[in-house]
Amino acid sequence: MTRARTSPGIVIATVLGVAVPVAFLAVFFAWPVAAMVGRGFADGLGGFGEVFSRPRTIRLIGFTLGQAALASGICVVLGLPVAHVLYRLRFRGRGLLRALVILPFVLPTVVVGVAFRTLLRDTPLDGTFAAILLALVFFNVAVVVRTVGSAWEGLDPRQEDAARVLGASPARVFATITLPRLGPSIAAASSIVFLFCATAFGVVLVLGGTKFGTIETEIYLLTTQFLDLRAASVLSVTQLVIVVALLAVVGRVRGSTQRRVTAARRPRRTDAPAIAAAALITAALAVPVLALVERSLRTSTGYGFDNFALLSGTGSRNALVVPVWVALGNSLGTAVQATVLAVGIGLVASLVLSRSPRSLLARRALGALDGALLLPLGISAVTVGFGFLITLNQPPFDLRSSPILVPIAQALVALPLVVRTVLPVLKSIDPRLRESAAVLGATPWRVLRDVDLSIVARPVLAASGFAFAVALGEFGATSFLARPDRPTLPVVIYRLIGLPGGDNFGMAIAASVVLAVVTVAVIALVERLRVDTVGAF
Amino acid sequence: MHHRIIAGALALATTAALVGCSAASSDEPAPLVLVTHDSFALSDGILDQFTEETGIPVQVQSSGDAGQLVNTLVLTKDSPLGDVVFGIDNTFASRAVENGVLADYASGDLTSAEDQYLLPEGQGREQLTPIDNGDVCVNVDHEWFAEKGISEPTGLDDLVEPEYKDLLVVEAANSSSPGLAFLLATIAAYGEDGWQDYWTRLIANGTKVAAGWSDAYYVDFSGPSSEGDRPIVVSYASSPPFEVPEGATEAPTGALLDTCFRQTEYAGVIAGTKNEAGAQKLVDFLFSTTVQNDIPEAMYVYPVNAKATLPESFTKFAAIADDPFVVSPADIDANRETWLTEWAAIAQP
Repeated sequence: MTRARTSPGIVIATVLGVAVPVAFLAVFFAWPVAAMVGRGFADGLGGFGEVFSRPRTIRLIGFTLGQAALASGICVVLGLPVAHVLYRLRFRGRGLLRALVILPFVLPTVVVGVAFRTLLRDTPLDGTFAAILLALVFFNVAVVVRTVGSAWEGLDPRQEDAARVLGASPARVFATITLPRLGPSIAAASSIVFLFCATAFGVVLVLGGTKFGTIETEIYLLTTQFLDLRAASVLSVTQLVIVVALLAVVGRVRGSTQRRVTAARRPRRTDAPAIAAAALITAALAVPVLALVERSLRTSTGYGFDNFALLSGTGSRNALVVPVWVALGNSLGTAVQATVLAVGIGLVASLVLSRSPRSLLARRALGALDGALLLPLGISAVTVGFGFLITLNQPPFDLRSSPILVPIAQALVALPLVVRTVLPVLKSIDPRLRESAAVLGATPWRVLRDVDLSIVARPVLAASGFAFAVALGEFGATSFLARPDRPTLPVVIYRLIGLPGGDNFGMAIAASVVLAVVTVAVIALVERLRVDTVGAF
Repeated sequence: MHHRIIAGALALATTAALVGCSAASSDEPAPLVLVTHDSFALSDGILDQFTEETGIPVQVQSSGDAGQLVNTLVLTKDSPLGDVVFGIDNTFASRAVENGVLADYASGDLTSAEDQYLLPEGQGREQLTPIDNGDVCVNVDHEWFAEKGISEPTGLDDLVEPEYKDLLVVEAANSSSPGLAFLLATIAAYGEDGWQDYWTRLIANGTKVAAGWSDAYYVDFSGPSSEGDRPIVVSYASSPPFEVPEGATEAPTGALLDTCFRQTEYAGVIAGTKNEAGAQKLVDFLFSTTVQNDIPEAMYVYPVNAKATLPESFTKFAAIADDPFVVSPADIDANRETWLTEWAAIAQP
């Protein structure tokens, strides 16, 4: 076997490839969180015994795990048929539908909370555990559809075709051939959904009040209301332990898939159940969205675009510092920066992580980095936000009042999504492909460009769209860090909905619709780009 | 392409590191940083007037609600976020004072007319200058009661009566600032040992507990700009003016002035500021009529300065309680966690 000469360039690139993501996480995640948790343990670790002896703590942990496990299970069950239809079949309007499915994921939680409560108010579900589950599923189904769909799209259909020809029923084909091959992406998607649900904050608070407290809402209460840093730190560490344990379990399940890029096919009769299920699920997802659209068009005299016309102003009695359109501009600018950061760092990290070095130590180190990239999803935004304030106050990281902090915080949330979309594809590249390229005389750079990067180009585009959408809708960290004179759209929506006054509520809903439309447009555009690049393969 | 990606990532990392440094190097005087909560707002150009008068630019930095604001100041005490704080209210004042995050300074422009807003001595009087105040009161939907022919409730006692069963929606005291204010009103009204019984009856009478103000007001309340079916809600005394349609002479909703808890917001100089004289001038400016006249329309609350003038919308439709319920800041700080835990056990079993 011919091995490529290890040139100094490769060594430097590899070192940088590890150093950039590690440095980013260390400065903007590990350091702030450690500093914040450290404050709580200033008087020693006695807090653990005391906090764990409170019955409330045990209940909170149980509830957090229970709702996250249930919600991610439901998301997988509902997401699979939709992923099949949207990524495996070819039909008109598919790109638009793909973009629409992601919509719930980017709506501001405060708006979805109010929309759900309006819908559920007169039903027995109002204020129940089921209402919270419904909303969590509404938010996160998109994660399963996108992550599993991207992997499904690239599965070689010939194995399924062969089984079908040999007489296996569609259910059997799915259970014995398709499902095992989708395993890694399902594991990746459900772990992300689990983390999102376990740290869900706004939805839980609006729909369940503090009655259904989670570890996350409790950390918020303890930190912002009671200043009980000791208990907050105990819970932060607990949250960290749970997340790390979960990631370890998921890491065992993950394997590698063989990947071949294939064109989707036309729908067949056997797809009918999946299509029916997908149609039903999509319709259910549309209900809260349609309710929002309906409300945005409602005026004092009937229906019209009055609420949208008002968006060029600053709201009743000057509720806002800037017109809503300016806030939209801020949002777009910030989201672009966050996307560049997240995709740049995420791609570099994925390229490094996709290699399997021969040294056991190096493999372990890569495994640790892999898990560390997911951690920002599992740690309370309150802990990270306060952590920023107490650490990033010295040069060269004197960033507390800098506008760059907002895209950095958003990138932190988007980064795991980028890695989880790109990495499975890179890992599934047959190493023999690289080896043969090398044998045929390609330099390592050329192998990277023509093998890795060309195969991963489409997932990277998908990840960019996703990262952009997440950054656009991010509220928790942004509200903490955004400068008041440069508010983003979700911050403006939150402010409008929080102030009385005839027009403000309608404007908030109209602004949410605008946010949704812009997101769908951007994602649909990315989907188009993907289609156009097919010719390059 | 690979080169570009690595170069790009590096460039970004370097930019991130450099932004902080480059921002500091300019010729004009260092700006004063005003740290506040996210409901802070003044009309365009108001803060510019301060810069015109003193030559010092002002930068606003906001951080969550009033509670979060104070906790942020406590956490960043060793490396303060700014020079002046606005938005510490009477429910969190003690915590700020006891943790020593404020320098001693109260505006010299205060007169005896503002005495009613001052904090007790040793509990913030020396550090905090009152800027605005507003009442949290039970609001009722006049139209709903007129339509049903039921007489409106007038005080807290009425709310536990059977004729008002299932009609009230309140905010959770542990996740909403008006929710906490209403709990404090009931503690002041029924005493430290009596409020628990009142709340048990309130909940038994079908009171709904929503997470936050927007949720309670827009989803559950039955007022003109709301969607709900409950005609009684905990909101602000300044809410009714915003429900008045253009040209109307009567407000469709009203505040019950015997149910109010007064929230007063204060400004102060943050301990450790590098420009103490400038910071004191900014506190004076917040108390000046320039800012005080702008406060009602910008922040929906009343100015404290006796010389300030109110806009027509406030003089016509807004009312203010003559004798609001009071709990001392020190009591609130000492008992907050106990009260909220007891409250949660009753209202969110």
